[in-house]
Amino acid sequence: MHLNHGEKHEEYSRYVGRKAALLAFSGIVLVLISLVSISKGAASLPIGEVAKALLGFDAAKRTELIVWNIRLPQVLAAIVAGAGLSLSGAVMQSVLRNPLGSPFTLGISHAAAFGAAFAVMIMGSGTMASSHVGAVTISNPYVTTGMAFLFSMGASGVIVGISRMRGASPEIMVLSGVALGALFTAGTMFLQFFADDVQLAAMVFWTFGDVGRASWSELGVLSVITLAASAYFLLNAWNYNAVDAGDETAQGLGVRVQRVRIWGMIIASLVTAVAVAFLGIIGFVGLVCPHMVRRLIGGDNRYLLPASMLLGAILLLASDTVARLILAPHLLPVSILTAFMGAPVFLALIIKGYAK
Amino acid sequence: MILEVDGVKFGYNGKDILKNVQLNVDRGEMLVILGPNGVGKTTLLRCINAILKPKAGTIMVEGGDVLKMEPAAIARRVGYVAQYQAKTRMTAFDAILMGRKPHIRFRTSEDDIRMVDGAIKVLGLEDLAMRHIDEMSGGELQKVAVGRALVQEPRLMLLDEPTSSLDLKNTMNILSLIQRVVKEHNVGAVMTMHNLNSALRFADKFVFLKNGEIHSAGEIQEVSEEMIEEVYDIPVEILHHNGRPLVVPLN
Repeated sequence: MHLNHGEKHEEYSRYVGRKAALLAFSGIVLVLISLVSISKGAASLPIGEVAKALLGFDAAKRTELIVWNIRLPQVLAAIVAGAGLSLSGAVMQSVLRNPLGSPFTLGISHAAAFGAAFAVMIMGSGTMASSHVGAVTISNPYVTTGMAFLFSMGASGVIVGISRMRGASPEIMVLSGVALGALFTAGTMFLQFFADDVQLAAMVFWTFGDVGRASWSELGVLSVITLAASAYFLLNAWNYNAVDAGDETAQGLGVRVQRVRIWGMIIASLVTAVAVAFLGIIGFVGLVCPHMVRRLIGGDNRYLLPASMLLGAILLLASDTVARLILAPHLLPVSILTAFMGAPVFLALIIKGYAK
Repeated sequence: MILEVDGVKFGYNGKDILKNVQLNVDRGEMLVILGPNGVGKTTLLRCINAILKPKAGTIMVEGGDVLKMEPAAIARRVGYVAQYQAKTRMTAFDAILMGRKPHIRFRTSEDDIRMVDGAIKVLGLEDLAMRHIDEMSGGELQKVAVGRALVQEPRLMLLDEPTSSLDLKNTMNILSLIQRVVKEHNVGAVMTMHNLNSALRFADKFVFLKNGEIHSAGEIQEVSEEMIEEVYDIPVEILHHNGRPLVVPLN
C-alpha cells in the first residue's frame, strides 16, 4: 500500500496545537483556583502569605498551620477526587459506549453507601459525637471506609461477572449496573428503616461527600491509585477510541475488545471505590465533566482523558471552595453543591443536543 | 495468492453456520460473497480476520496463518470495514488516523500523519478532513471507514456490506473507489453484498453461499441464471451491459 504522496497536514497540526493549549490553560486555571481556595474559608488568608507558606518561606505560624493541616489536604483531595471521578466517568462512557456511564449511574456509589450503612448498623461503627461544630462522626472510620470500598468493588465485580457470562456487551453492563444501584438503594433504605437515631444520622452523614474528610495518608492512597490508573488509561487511549468506533471496527484494528472493556471497568471502579470510600458520595462530576469536555475538544481519548481529569479537578475544587464560603461559618458538603450544579448542566447539554 | 481459505467450518450451539468453505483471492482482485440473508456471509468475513474462530480449516494471508497470529499482527495485514459505523465526536482525520493503531502504541509519527493525508487525497475527502464524523452523511462516513482500513497498510481488505445504507450515487462512488484502490495498490479485497447488480458490476470474482456451503464460484462472467435461481429461489433473466451481467428478477 503506497500512501506516501501525503504531506504534513497544517490544519491538523493547528487543531492538535489548540487542544494542547487548552490542556495547558486548564492546568494554569487549576493552579490559580487552588491558591484562591487555600486562602478562602472561615479564616481568610492573603494569597501572598499562602504562597509563602506553600513554598517554605517564613510565613505566619497560624497561616502555616491552616494551610498545611486544613486547607492543603482538602484542596488536594478535591483535585485528586475530581480528576479521578471524572476520568472514571470518561472511561466508563467510552468502554460502555453509553452517555450515562458513570460511577453514580452504574450503582457503584450506591453500593459504597450501602457498605457504609452496613458498617454503621451491623458492625457498630457510627456514633454521635458532640464536637465543636455539632457534627456526627463515624467512630470507626476504617471499618466504614473498608466496607464501602468492598461493596463498591463487589458491585463492579458483579457487573463484570455478568458481562463475562453474556459477552461483555455495553447494554448488559449498563443494565446490570442500574439493577444493582436499585438493589443497593433498597438495601440502604432497609437498614435506615431499622436504624436508631444515632445510626441513621451516621449513615446519612457518611453519604454527604466531603473532600475535607481525607487525611494525608488517605490522600496518598487516593493519589497513587488515581495516578496509576490515569497512566493505564492514557496508554489505552487508542483502544478506547477504537471501541468508540464500534466493536467490530475495534476488533478489525486488532483490539481485544472484551479485555479492554472489562479492565477499563475494573480500574475505573477501583478509582471510584477508593474516592467514595474515603470521601463519601460525590455525584455528577463523573457524569457531567466528560460530556462537557467532549463538547469542547471532541471525543479523541488522547485528549479527552487528560482534559476530563483537569476539568473534574477544577469543577470539584471550585465547588468545594464555594461550598465552604456560601453558608460560612457553616461548611456545606461539596456533594450537595455538585448535585445542584450537575443536574441543570446535564439537562442543558441534553437540550442543546447531545453529541458523543 | 493473497488469501487462501481452505476447509473452514464454523458453528455454535451445535449449529453449523459454515461447512467446508474454500476460496482464493489474488493481488488486485476483488471477490464478492453473495447469498440470501442469514447464509453466513458476514460470519465468513469475520472468520477470515479471526474475529470469529473457525472450528476447522486454515486461513492464510500472504502465506501467514491468520489463526495463529496475534490480533494486532492480523490487523497489520488485513483491513476490515464493518457494516456499522458509530458516529463519534472525532474529526475524519483522527478517525482515519485510528487505522494506524495496529502499528503504534500511543504516539503518532510524522509518517503516520502523512499517510492519513495521503489516504484523504485518495478518497477525495480533503474538504471534510477536519469535520466531526457525527456530522457526516452515510456515504462520507463509509469513505472514512475505507480510509481507516487503507492506512492499516493491509494486503487484504474485508468489507461487510459497504453500500447497505447508501443511495445509488454513493453506492457507485464507494464501489468504484474500492475498485480503484484494489487495482492501484495491488491489494486483495473480499466483500459481502446484497445488491447483485452492484456486486457483479464491480467485482472480479464471485462466491455464492447456500446453507453454509459454497454453491458456486467463478469469474463474474460465469454467473448463470440457474445459479441465482437455485441460491435465491426466484426466477431471473441475465442481460449484459458493457460486458457485465445484469440480473433482472422475473416475478
